[in-house]
Amino acid sequence: MGARVVTARTGARGFSTPSPREVVLRYLLLVVALFVTVGPFLWQLSTSLKGAGEDVYTSTPSFVPSEPTLDNYARAFEAVPILGFAGNSLVVAGIVVVGNIVGATLAGYALARLRFRGARLVLGAILFTMLLPGEATIVAQYLTIRQLGLADTLLGVALPGAVGMLNVLLMRTAFVAVPKELDEAAIVDGANAWQRLWHVGVPNVLGMLAVVAIFAFIGAWDDFLWPLIVLTTPEKFTLTVGLEYLSGTFTNNPRVVAAGTMIAFVPIVVFFAALQRYFFRGVDEGAIKG
Amino acid sequence: MTRPATRPAERTSSRTPSRGARTLLVRALPAAGPGHAARTHAWFTPWLLVAPALVFLLAFNLWPTANVVFLAFTNVRVLSGGELVGLENFERMLTDEQLATALVNSIVYMLVCVPFLLLVPLGLAVLVEKKLPGIAFFRTAFYTPVVASAVVVALIWGWLLDDRGVINAMALRLGFVTEAIPFLTDRWLVIFSAISLTIWKGLGYYMVIYLSALGGVPRELHEAAAVDGAGALRRFWSVTVPGVRNTMLLVSVMITVSALRVFAELYVLTDGTGGVGGADVSVVMLIQMYARGFSGNLGYASALSLLLFVVTLAPLLLIARINRGRG
Repeated sequence: MGARVVTARTGARGFSTPSPREVVLRYLLLVVALFVTVGPFLWQLSTSLKGAGEDVYTSTPSFVPSEPTLDNYARAFEAVPILGFAGNSLVVAGIVVVGNIVGATLAGYALARLRFRGARLVLGAILFTMLLPGEATIVAQYLTIRQLGLADTLLGVALPGAVGMLNVLLMRTAFVAVPKELDEAAIVDGANAWQRLWHVGVPNVLGMLAVVAIFAFIGAWDDFLWPLIVLTTPEKFTLTVGLEYLSGTFTNNPRVVAAGTMIAFVPIVVFFAALQRYFFRGVDEGAIKG
Repeated sequence: MTRPATRPAERTSSRTPSRGARTLLVRALPAAGPGHAARTHAWFTPWLLVAPALVFLLAFNLWPTANVVFLAFTNVRVLSGGELVGLENFERMLTDEQLATALVNSIVYMLVCVPFLLLVPLGLAVLVEKKLPGIAFFRTAFYTPVVASAVVVALIWGWLLDDRGVINAMALRLGFVTEAIPFLTDRWLVIFSAISLTIWKGLGYYMVIYLSALGGVPRELHEAAAVDGAGALRRFWSVTVPGVRNTMLLVSVMITVSALRVFAELYVLTDGTGGVGGADVSVVMLIQMYARGFSGNLGYASALSLLLFVVTLAPLLLIARINRGRG
């Protein structure tokens, strides 16, 4: 009987404060997983810093560059207008972020909080688009962009994703979760729909808004297939398309390609690391599902 | 904003102090205005709010969908236009050997990705669920491959898996092999290389979905199992896995759909060629190949797009059905 009680107590303790053995085991596994997930990035970083004098093909590769240099970055800048590519990616991502914040907030609020004829139809149509893989409409999308005269332009790259239907649904979900009483009180106080959206709705959905903005940015920055189809002039390439182009020209110099990948990778990872707490806060609250 | 119909009602209501009375008045609001709808806003306000999204819904979602269905029955080219050709594109699909290869690749992709991405990310989620010191760092680090572009990931792995890259160098030095493993030039090894990067890139993504679901597994179940003497592994199989069963179902559908949509990994690893003999292609790669350039065959690319839509729809409808059953 006494033993039973002790087990129960350690069992319960195991959930609030884990045993030292468990802690060690957990950290051990965490470090192994860290090696697997982050190792390849570090290897690429190391390659990008290795000088021309260091054999990158050796059978005894060293992780730390023997004579670290930024030459490869300089060569990547010379070979292709990589800053221009980064600028292009930034323009596209900027349009997509602003478009999604504005478009998804407005529509999400109306669909969550205002009753109107046709609301169900609009919502149904949006849900239907969730079934479509983006790649399946890309051909017709391209034709539309051509007809608008936007082929081979950055606006043409940004436009189709400027208001994502998934983001409208996410914002709608966030607005639905705002207590109805707040809205009702504002109605009683004489606030119109726009005032209620701005003063009652928006302040209560900032978490979801951050998630929408973060992922709109990452999605636009990382996208490859669509800019590859839309853009034909090298000066207009976004980073991903430009990077493929760079690797095509420098197949024999992995150092320069590595430098190029780091130029595309570092900004997005810094961006995400800076904003990750908004994202994981949503995860802990169970807000992000599928 | 002038909304004369609602103003008077709102003014009267602003005098009411108690909460019960407020609710009552709000309920009474519809009757205060003329007409039958709840008049807390002008009829056009919702439409103004929805307008931007609606334009994008129509122009870049619904219209392209309708158009792709139409184009699939034509031989339209990017510059020269075209005409209706009936079922020609679909007949062509039946004898397209490269398409058959792409579909076989997709099935292999799916069969390997699903078990790995179903279980490993769940393990990771259990690992990062407990808030140990520094856990935010590990969560963010594990998510890094998700945040990176597939192009970046494919270039990094292309270098790791190169004939003279670090993996081959190690394998040769340790004497596992006598000559470099042709990860990027063998017809099947290219597919498996691409699969491993898809899995690697997906770990953090599904980890986060599981992490969100783990919050819903009652802690008491774990405690009860621990009291009954179940070890960590036993608790994982008997408490955690059943607890996130519904999420696992959703995740398996997501993995399946994304395996069918794979593009950048294969494109970058084979430098856009589809590998030796063009055998390392996916359906999306074929769509891109047929649509590209000024002589692009948009008709056939559209027929392939319809095929892609149909094959990805099956798993999605399955999950929708299950979700409805769940209520």
